[in-house]
Amino acid sequence: MADQQSFADDAMPLMSSLYSGALRMTRNPADAEDLVQETYLKAYRAYDRFEAGTNLKAWMYRILTNTFINSYRKKQRRPTETEFDADDLYLYHRLGGAEGATMNRSAEDELLDLFGEAEVKDAVESLADHYRIPVLLADVEGFSYKEIAEILDVPIGTVMSRLHRGRKQLQKRLYDFAEARRLLPDPPSPVTAAASTAAATFAAAPSTAAPSTEAPSTEAESDHEI
Amino acid sequence: MEEPCDPRSGSCGDALQDLFVYLDGQLTVERRLVITSHLDRCSPCFERFSFEIELRQVVAQRCRDTVPESLRMRIAEAIGCDPGAGLGPCRGDDPSAM
Repeated sequence: MADQQSFADDAMPLMSSLYSGALRMTRNPADAEDLVQETYLKAYRAYDRFEAGTNLKAWMYRILTNTFINSYRKKQRRPTETEFDADDLYLYHRLGGAEGATMNRSAEDELLDLFGEAEVKDAVESLADHYRIPVLLADVEGFSYKEIAEILDVPIGTVMSRLHRGRKQLQKRLYDFAEARRLLPDPPSPVTAAASTAAATFAAAPSTAAPSTEAPSTEAESDHEI
Repeated sequence: MEEPCDPRSGSCGDALQDLFVYLDGQLTVERRLVITSHLDRCSPCFERFSFEIELRQVVAQRCRDTVPESLRMRIAEAIGCDPGAGLGPCRGDDPSAM
């Protein structure tokens, strides 16, 4: 018999984390509330099978993620999204790196100004499920590769490759959202002469050059299920 | 003697190759030490790593939402927790659990 009070004591403090995760997954508050409630009820009923001393948050995230994939994702399928290839350090380069005048203040202050709650949430939510969920689990919730592999039932190597690609996609989306809202300073252009052509070349380079430098992995092509 | 930073090759390229795994704390101890020591010697790489750390902090910070009180009450009731009982776990989140 599950210890009801022990479940309440341990699980209630996790609700903010689970609700935030549910909102990023479902992208709407009504579904997120239903998903969190369903997760708590399932966990409560199965609590006698939860092994004391193991990670309750990871276990509940596993229930949340499986419930999302099985019940919620179907009704919000989106058309297959085109995947672009962003280079590593995409944002760092776009924001001017060490040379950019905008990077004189601490990078964190700069980033906080550029990327408000709306931009970051929109960027995360715009990622395909198989990138969005690992990135959330790692970068927002702080789970290890092994924990994410167990939550999603995929090998650790798959977690790593999805995180790598997902983070690059996130940086590209962050940049795009900030740019669309005209939040970005002018791109770095060290020389004013021929600045327009230089800027145009710079802006075009990632989208045209990247696909040839990094062939899409078969994993990303074939493995869109979580 | 310190060589100029070249992100595409040498120890800089090696360090950047492992950037995400390093920040995830999932490298072997040996590999981690190699990169840490490289970052001590190469300020451009150090700055790139710092940028990624700060970006992650901003993303995590921006992705927090407040649980609607009605949801908290519904769940507390469903799992047999008495939300009127005072300052117990039914009342609020423990920040240390996040």
